[in-house]
Amino acid sequence: MTINEKQDELISDFSFMDEWMDKYEYIIQLGKDLPLIDPKYKTDDNLIKGCQSQVWLHTDLVDGKLIFTADSDAVITKGLVSLLVGVLSGHTPKEIAEAEIYFIDEIGLKSHLSPTRSNGLLSMLKQMKIYGLAYQVKSQQ
Amino acid sequence: MTSVFSKLNNMAHVPDIAAPALDIDKIRKDFPLLQEKVYGKPLVYLDNSATTQKPQVVLDTLERYYKQYNSNVHRGVHHLSQVASEAYEDARHIIAGFINAREQEEVIFTKGTTDSINLIANVFGRGVIKPGDEVIVSAMEHHSNIVPWQIMCEDRGAVLKVIPMDENGELIMEEYTRLLSDKVKIVSVAYVSNSLGTVNPVREIIAQAHAHNIPVMLDAAQAIQHMPVDVQELDVDFMAFSGHKLYGPTGIGILYGKREWLDKLPPYQGGGDMIKTVTFAKTTYNVLPFKYEAGTPDISGAIALGAAVKYVQEIGVENIHAYEEQLVNYAVAQLSTVEGLRFIGQPKHRSGAISFLVDTIHPYDLGELLDKQGVAIRTGHHCAEPVMDFFCIPGTVRASFAMYTNKEDIDRLVVAINKAASMLR
Repeated sequence: MTINEKQDELISDFSFMDEWMDKYEYIIQLGKDLPLIDPKYKTDDNLIKGCQSQVWLHTDLVDGKLIFTADSDAVITKGLVSLLVGVLSGHTPKEIAEAEIYFIDEIGLKSHLSPTRSNGLLSMLKQMKIYGLAYQVKSQQ
Repeated sequence: MTSVFSKLNNMAHVPDIAAPALDIDKIRKDFPLLQEKVYGKPLVYLDNSATTQKPQVVLDTLERYYKQYNSNVHRGVHHLSQVASEAYEDARHIIAGFINAREQEEVIFTKGTTDSINLIANVFGRGVIKPGDEVIVSAMEHHSNIVPWQIMCEDRGAVLKVIPMDENGELIMEEYTRLLSDKVKIVSVAYVSNSLGTVNPVREIIAQAHAHNIPVMLDAAQAIQHMPVDVQELDVDFMAFSGHKLYGPTGIGILYGKREWLDKLPPYQGGGDMIKTVTFAKTTYNVLPFKYEAGTPDISGAIALGAAVKYVQEIGVENIHAYEEQLVNYAVAQLSTVEGLRFIGQPKHRSGAISFLVDTIHPYDLGELLDKQGVAIRTGHHCAEPVMDFFCIPGTVRASFAMYTNKEDIDRLVVAINKAASMLR
């Protein structure tokens, strides 16, 4: 699936949830379920510090594709992190660098990506795209 | 304004929540924003330590200023300037009365608490501090009462000393006594902790410092709206507070300073209004309070803060204090019923705020789900990272109160916490 196909699928999944509680229960479940990162990668180098919650992000290049693993100390942030990782992980650096992330807005969770939210999520998305760009430049050299 | 009291007498010592000192329903009607809904639910506003809502009289004062007498102060001979200057100085007079300053020239308008502390840290540093001198703050300070002193200490080669606190979130006074010496040139502490709600023993702190001839600055940002504060009775040398936490507008605050200090300390910012004469060779400075009010001040803010203080005075800060004390006790009792809830800071004397955590739930998650239920609380480190480090936690959930907070707000908070916790467990 392309990045946009994955986003559209998430938007469709969320469209069946009317209540805020349903959305949050789904996100919380995602946050609880996934072992998102190997503990050895939860280092200060991989830490994206937010004022409210923080995120760890690790990247590997496997067969020309970027594999992201990540974690957060807050469950809701972790759930959102896992959505982002699910959408972007496994794509080429170029696809990630050029991706336009619209699903968070569409599923009504735009405020979580606000710079004033300070939960580390926006910084994580920026960091993922920087990795995409960096690996893209590296492969062209 | 008509009286907002119920018929009860002798409210200062009534511990029973069943007998409110104030007619809260009537007070709530004075605050337009409290009538708003969020996510279709009536707002439960429990972030009053961050900022309070504004009564209609404050909003009207702001509007009237801009519609009827907007003009620069202390400069023009024309009618509007006279009216604006008078209203501005009237506000100073009201505020001086509110804190019982000896004279209104000891009341300086600033941008807020942070600005006031920066002002004193700067001029005290330049005027008094020598290399090797010491400055004392406490372990529970807001960053605003740490960083200005750190900047000054670094600049002057001075040393910042910290009064430690215990597990209950109370200052260890024996340690404070031990820190006091001839090297210490100023002590600056919070009257009430913004992150823990602790009311510090400021009279004792001041008395001990004065015994060594050391002046004391109080960060009263979380005290002034909750209890009577009398600068003469406290014998405090400097005091800072913000207008917006006292039902006034943002962008305006107060620095109180004893004249004997403010006259002798150097000026802070240079500019209009703070000068007597200017030549390229030498400038002489204006007298108090203008010496510390460079540039066009927040005129509308100052006048509206005067209106806010008048509003508080009409209700009676003693009545507010008595009512809020009952309310805080009620909140502590109700929150204690929540499974897995632990208080961060359990001071014997608490005011205005309660910090807590539930189980191992991250405060951000809890805050998020409370927000969705129309409950506005604060999560995070509350600009007091050293406090969070002390308790080894990433942050807390903080509920904070104002004179318009009622039992229903507390009850809805408790219901919302239980619902959020059941989703997050």
